[in-house]
Amino acid sequence: MGLNQIGASILTALLVGLWTRGAARGVFLLALSALALFWFQPAIPLRSFDFWIPSLSIFLVVIVWFITSTAGAWKSRQNIIGLAVIIGVVALVDLTRYIFPDPILTTTTPPRLIVVVGFFALAAFAIAAFTALSRRFAFTLTLVIILLVAILLILKSPNLSLQLSVFFRALTNRPLDTASALDLRWLGFSYISFRLIHVLRDKQTGRLPELSLPEFAAYVVFFPSLSAGPIDRAERFAGDLRAEFRLTQDETLLAGQRIVVGLFKKFVIADTLALVALNDSLAAQVHIPGWMWFHLYAYAFQIYFDFSGYTDIAIGVARLVGVKLPENFTSPYTKPNLAQFWNSWHITLTQWIRAYFFNPFNRWIRGYKSLPAWTMLLAGQLATMLIIGLWHGVTINFIFWGAWHGLGLFLQNRWSDFAKTRFAVSNPHMQTVLRLGGVALTFHFVALGWVFFALSAPALSFETLMKLFGIH
Amino acid sequence: MNPQTPIRLLPLLLKATLLFVLLNFAFIFLGGFPLGKLSLYNKIFPGRERFPFGENQRGYNLSLFNLDAMFAAHVLAGSPKAGDEFRVLLIGDSSVWGTLLTPEQNLAGQLNSQNISACGKTVHAYNLGYPYISLLQELMILDEALQYQPDLVVWLTTLESFPQDKQLAAPLVANSPERVKELITKYQLPLDPNDPALNHPTAWDRTLIGRRKEIADLIRLQLYGAMWASTGVDQFYPESYEPAQLDYEKDNEFHAIKPAETLQGKLSFEILDAGMNAASVPTILVNEPILISNGVNSDIRYNFFYPRWAFDEYRAALAEHAAAQGYPYVDLWDLAPMTEFTNSGVHLTPFGESMLAEQVGASIQNFCK
Repeated sequence: MGLNQIGASILTALLVGLWTRGAARGVFLLALSALALFWFQPAIPLRSFDFWIPSLSIFLVVIVWFITSTAGAWKSRQNIIGLAVIIGVVALVDLTRYIFPDPILTTTTPPRLIVVVGFFALAAFAIAAFTALSRRFAFTLTLVIILLVAILLILKSPNLSLQLSVFFRALTNRPLDTASALDLRWLGFSYISFRLIHVLRDKQTGRLPELSLPEFAAYVVFFPSLSAGPIDRAERFAGDLRAEFRLTQDETLLAGQRIVVGLFKKFVIADTLALVALNDSLAAQVHIPGWMWFHLYAYAFQIYFDFSGYTDIAIGVARLVGVKLPENFTSPYTKPNLAQFWNSWHITLTQWIRAYFFNPFNRWIRGYKSLPAWTMLLAGQLATMLIIGLWHGVTINFIFWGAWHGLGLFLQNRWSDFAKTRFAVSNPHMQTVLRLGGVALTFHFVALGWVFFALSAPALSFETLMKLFGIH
Repeated sequence: MNPQTPIRLLPLLLKATLLFVLLNFAFIFLGGFPLGKLSLYNKIFPGRERFPFGENQRGYNLSLFNLDAMFAAHVLAGSPKAGDEFRVLLIGDSSVWGTLLTPEQNLAGQLNSQNISACGKTVHAYNLGYPYISLLQELMILDEALQYQPDLVVWLTTLESFPQDKQLAAPLVANSPERVKELITKYQLPLDPNDPALNHPTAWDRTLIGRRKEIADLIRLQLYGAMWASTGVDQFYPESYEPAQLDYEKDNEFHAIKPAETLQGKLSFEILDAGMNAASVPTILVNEPILISNGVNSDIRYNFFYPRWAFDEYRAALAEHAAAQGYPYVDLWDLAPMTEFTNSGVHLTPFGESMLAEQVGASIQNFCK
């Protein structure tokens, strides 16, 4: 998101917070979030894809709501309004084609109305079919989860994305030689898919409360947290929407403070650090270990300030409309061990993975009673961190990054178990020293892991690690 | 504060706006403060071997219009003159700055690697070249550089620096109206300090908002100091580049001057004279090498810049002027074969540059045996 989009988001949120009451707030947030999907969507060199991708996001949201809500829920007044708003927004975005000479909500001209009407008809058929299927076969929900994971896998895999881009280019008579893995940038899909999977899994386990369509759709594509999270929980989000809300002076100032801090973190600190942060070119050009550490530290702080800055902005903007998004970062670089680091870095992702992967995986592996306890722990930590790595991108380097943290968590766990019975320290000064040592060690472990995150190729990453220690 | 107090947006926005306006305009009073002299170069980071120039972030470099900052970032500003140092300042355009050449490959780098001596001292050459061709820009740099105790100045120039219409067009010049005004007064130059080509800042341009790009550039320059220190890279070197043009249109005009006319009165010799007489420091004038093409219409043009008639006339005029004024003058126009030029008719390859360094080095040594 650029400054213009953030500015518009703040202003819009302020107006919604000031002038909407009750159920209207949810409907307004849905309409604005759906519009933001189109407006925030980056340009794509495939004709009208900047219209179709947001439309598909909306379609996925609606289909998941239909298959997770109770039969006939759509007939309620609130849900019919929600459906009308969604259709209205997509139609409105498309109609800009006929009203304005240049596109205003999309980067390219939207498709012709007749094509969009066809899309609505197909979408209605698919929704009806999936809803009917889901009422008869429980596996429908699993099928949709698999579909979402498959899309995520394709989007996160450079090779698969490239192949898909080539396919679409061939289909639309576009030149194939300029195809790129970046052609299919689907705004916020990493977050949208995880929110949808959370809802689907909770439905399967019977923990999902009934949500109206406006609540559900606003939750999934909530505009402040569309591009960089956090990953809220649906029932918590809906609770905020249902609560009476009035934008007070205190609330506005708190939100404003958070937004200003976020803007400063992102656009002053992070963007400045980006000029000197480790990247592929620097990794090849720098040969002095001290300078390599400097660039690595710059990267470590850049990624933190960038991500946490966006989160602050999202939390602040959401606060203006009465939504208290969960915290995503709580001073992660000041934590004395890796487990605490992961409890304070991208917290909502970690909690999601814990709830929907780590815990089920642990329950499953404990079924193999012949396995030693440490292997179960190692498998759980490794698999979890590999999933987090792959969520960032299906590349060898993200696998190394995930494995680095998985092994780190395992070793830290073993060491803690070993040390707590042998090295009890009662001296408070010594405790402080140990804590500071732990913070420094954890930070450097995390920073070394960033080498895999910042660079694109394993060979360059290992070479950089060696340079850091003066070996190369 | 009562949490239930309804928000009163208007007073809040008014107060914020008032504070912003006050802060913004307070910055006008800082206008005379030389922000550019605040530099981390030569303190935390080593000074640059040449002036910052470039628009490619991959070269860890940028162009700015603040001469103070350019000098503050230069190694010259942080190098106290040693007792045995014979300090030589190289003034010129991009060919001296060293487009596509590393600091070791450009003229200053090659001269320093020769370990030559003059007047019984070791020669240390400093690269004060700056891309864009204009005598006035070079005079501006020279005038500023004289405070750094040079023993000798070598001014490499070419015809393209001389046309009167080019003098104020250099971005560094156009955006330094106060300095230009000072130069006009100091050297009695026949230029108009109110020429519309000069960008005189308005009151708004002097506010914090108006100077935001300048301030951001100064900060970026400092940050790139870290990159310069860690990589030694100060220019983006592309894997390939478009070589200098060898074939030309049948066009024999030079800056809209036809062969039937004369260059006399259209070249800025008075700016050259100002520089040559700027201080009591001796200056060698060098007519720098140019590409001499053998391509299509090369009987009309030497290269992209010059029709043959214009360059020949210029060479004769420069030689005559130098002789008349008693300037030490070296004409190296045809020193390098056309294979030793890179992407322009004045940019040399590393080998071409070594040929030039040999000649310039010899001139420096001969100047004071």
